[in-house]
Amino acid sequence: MEKENKPQDIPVVKTKNFIAPENEKRTVTAPDGSLIEVDPINDYFCQERPEEYKVKSGAVEKFLNWARAESLWVLGFGTGCGSIEIPPLVTPRFDMYRYGVQMRPTPRQSNVFIISGYLSVKTLKRAIRSYEQMPSPKYVIGLGSCTINGGMYWDSYNTINRLDHYLPVDVYIAGCMPRPEALLAGFAKLKELIKAGKAEKANEYIRNLDWYKANQKKIIKDWNMPDYNW
Amino acid sequence: MDYSITKFLWTLLGLFIVTNWGMLMSSTIRRIGARVSGRIGIPWYQPWVDLTKLYSLKSQVSHGTMFYLGPVFRLMGGVGLFLFLPMIFGSWHWSNYSFSGDLVLILYFQLFGMLGMALGAGEGGHPYSTIGVSRGLAQFTTIEVPMTLAVISIAIQYHTLSISQIVAAQQGGFFTWTVWTNPFATGAAMLSLLGAFGHSPFNLIQAPNEIPIGPPTEYHGVFLGFLRTNNAILHVAEAALFMNLFFGGATNWIELIVKTFLIYFWSVFVGMVFPRFRIEQSVRWFLKIPTLLGILAIVIFL
Repeated sequence: MEKENKPQDIPVVKTKNFIAPENEKRTVTAPDGSLIEVDPINDYFCQERPEEYKVKSGAVEKFLNWARAESLWVLGFGTGCGSIEIPPLVTPRFDMYRYGVQMRPTPRQSNVFIISGYLSVKTLKRAIRSYEQMPSPKYVIGLGSCTINGGMYWDSYNTINRLDHYLPVDVYIAGCMPRPEALLAGFAKLKELIKAGKAEKANEYIRNLDWYKANQKKIIKDWNMPDYNW
Repeated sequence: MDYSITKFLWTLLGLFIVTNWGMLMSSTIRRIGARVSGRIGIPWYQPWVDLTKLYSLKSQVSHGTMFYLGPVFRLMGGVGLFLFLPMIFGSWHWSNYSFSGDLVLILYFQLFGMLGMALGAGEGGHPYSTIGVSRGLAQFTTIEVPMTLAVISIAIQYHTLSISQIVAAQQGGFFTWTVWTNPFATGAAMLSLLGAFGHSPFNLIQAPNEIPIGPPTEYHGVFLGFLRTNNAILHVAEAALFMNLFFGGATNWIELIVKTFLIYFWSVFVGMVFPRFRIEQSVRWFLKIPTLLGILAIVIFL
């Protein structure tokens, strides 16, 4: 799919425009009466820019890609109505475990992020935080038409329309709602892409970080987190 | 004790076999669990694939030195337990570095990894890690009570703290196993084993659907790979310890594989049937019947 806004079209917005009041630099009085300078963004958060995942040479990368494809750990994070399509995958009828797909409870241990339906502005912030906390290489699946063009929420005041303006999407699964079989087909497609070495969207996110951040900050007004959530 | 290079290489080979058997055992058990609920389950090679992927991931964060050392300590707990445990009775190659007081050292190694993990997970700073650690240490303290009572009872029974000698005393037939000669100690230890393996009634430490996965919440990539490797080693080594103490040891690898599988399966079987305990329930549970059995086992042999 062709991007409507090319990375260079949107001007890069400076971070400091978006610092939430509680994260502003200020002076506080300590219990003993002394004054202390506090700068939450620099004191509490890592300000490093992320680096791209370096692809290893030939056969090693091919083997690792096979391992990554056969061991997809999905973050247990449900947004919108599509999250109800995920639980059936662990039942006898669909049984995603036989394809090497497993659920993990924390972003630190997952590789696949399923955005399962419409994403409200409030949830988008959490989705970004969770996505950035996942270790690279990582993949995003957009489930349902809401993630493609907004679906039935396209003119809603509170949801985003195109997910790939905010997070890099490897595989889209169309439908409203796609059934669990469609989700399994999506996993199969993702495996194909990973094995072919084409699921490189996580690196694209880091390459175009400024563009993505500008888009995200245009939507999220209360930006009280660092630019990149380590 | 033999400190030659040959001995070291044989021990490394033993560690390799035990690690792979541990992973095969865990995937087999998960496949059995899947069949029970009508699914097909993971492929048998899934643990190796997971491990390859985990070791290839990019580390995301560091929370300081202790955060790195936590998984290393945990792995050392498993490897240490293996190092001092005679795996095959009467074999120079597979007796590892067992010596006359190895039983005491092995009891210590059971707790060692746990403490290291507590320090590492504490430095991770995630609230769920801290909750998991406090639950884990509280539960493990009470697991140790019946376990230690059973071990003391066996030490009194056989007049030794050497695992090799305990196994030697059980040779001679099915009815010379400790499970028949000292059923109370076996009962206490097998009940405390349920907690040591951390399957269902006593899996509140990691409780995936309540405190997203407890102590390892912040651990990812290589760190998690270490923890998984340790799990594979620890499960086999601990089952082998119980096999040596209560079920007559093993004279070859086939016997070891069958016995460790059955001992491990005992905790899985109970886990399939019973739901999860709250932490105060599990602490009280260990201090009731298992502890009473342990005390009884000692009183009989006094």
